[in-house]
Amino acid sequence: MALISRGFHGRRPAVDPTRVPPGQYVTTDFPVLSAGPTPRTPRERWSFGIRGAVTTPRSWSWDEFWSLPTETVTVDIHCVTKWSKLDTVWTGVSLDAVLALAVPSTTARYLTAWSEGGYTTNLPLEAVTGGKAWIAREFGGEALHPEHGGPARLLVPRLYFWKSAKWVRGIELREHDAPGFWEVNGYHNYGDPWKEQRYQGD
Amino acid sequence: MEGAALPGRLNWQAATVIDLIDETPRVRSIVLECPQWPGHRAGQHVDIRLTADDGYQAQRSYSIANAPEEAQLMLTVERLEDGEVSSYLFDELRRGDALELRGPIGGYFVWTKEMGGPLLLVAGGSGIVPLRSILRHRAALHSAVPVRLLYSARALDDVVYRDELQRIADGEGVDVRYTLTRQQPPGWTGYDRRIDALMLREVAWPIDARPMTYICGPTSFVEAAASALVALGHDGPRIKTERFGPTG
Repeated sequence: MALISRGFHGRRPAVDPTRVPPGQYVTTDFPVLSAGPTPRTPRERWSFGIRGAVTTPRSWSWDEFWSLPTETVTVDIHCVTKWSKLDTVWTGVSLDAVLALAVPSTTARYLTAWSEGGYTTNLPLEAVTGGKAWIAREFGGEALHPEHGGPARLLVPRLYFWKSAKWVRGIELREHDAPGFWEVNGYHNYGDPWKEQRYQGD
Repeated sequence: MEGAALPGRLNWQAATVIDLIDETPRVRSIVLECPQWPGHRAGQHVDIRLTADDGYQAQRSYSIANAPEEAQLMLTVERLEDGEVSSYLFDELRRGDALELRGPIGGYFVWTKEMGGPLLLVAGGSGIVPLRSILRHRAALHSAVPVRLLYSARALDDVVYRDELQRIADGEGVDVRYTLTRQQPPGWTGYDRRIDALMLREVAWPIDARPMTYICGPTSFVEAAASALVALGHDGPRIKTERFGPTG
């Protein structure tokens, strides 16, 4: 039972409760949250790799990767710091397509995404397959800015946004889960905004 | 169940407001008695939850301003235009009120004795708050780690903890520098522009001193400061950043 805050009535913005998870508010800004300086990788030095529990480990250059078919999706995103942003438009390669080219081992259950600058985050494979995740390079029809994760970031809109690793450079498929950067720093291992899984133990 | 002591879970707990301190016209500190507080590390934050009598709730995160060694929790809050939570904390909250919070949160933007120094602290506006926790922790430890603080504010009246920072500069050997970006008092000898690479080259430790750097402030400020330090050759992984946007 929550404690009633004397004199608090709230602004109660008109939001659709089926789209805004508990504890979130809608913003039209695009706040930036990241640990450490923003890396700036020129496209000619960018690559994307897939390794670990796969039949065919792969590595693509920028041009190779972006010759894969892209999709444009409109999704809602939810940051653990409480903001949600609705109807965001992203263009990227579906992770399903990337995985299909590498062929996950039958024992693969999890993946760790790794990024320029050392950031990592972990996800169960089922959270990113079946049209749930992309490697995105455009936001709102424009090249993704470095502070928002450009040149390319992981996009997993169903989970809190720290799972959508900025500056992503590859994924490693794993049989066993391995908590990533924020996951070892007190944040929830899975991060479902609809269950308000913000921190360890939520 | 909320309130039950589940191991590893950050439970909501009731704190009591024991003091409210107006730091600047737009910044207020809230001093809290929090009987179940589990302790924190310098640089961490809490979540505040407000609940209306019909169950409507709003949550926001606020940095912890005090050292882990201090008995009372202190949060310092900037009043934001249209800020649903910050306007309540400014206009409505009184001494004796209960405030629901949980924490501490965040294991990254922290400084502990083992991490050593020297330290470069770079604050933009109310980004000074978690850095104050680090400064007070260092003082409580009687640490000799050398510290330089570069604090960017719009005007002298917007400098949070001004008297305290003056005391630290005079008494604890902390090198405190200001840049006032919008308005400077007559005779001002500090910097008078937004943080840039030239300023950081003058203020930052030499690269071979291997400093630990903590930057906190609005996004554009943090981007500018962190990018400039990297361009000057500082080691990215030793630059910790906390960005906040004017969204709540």
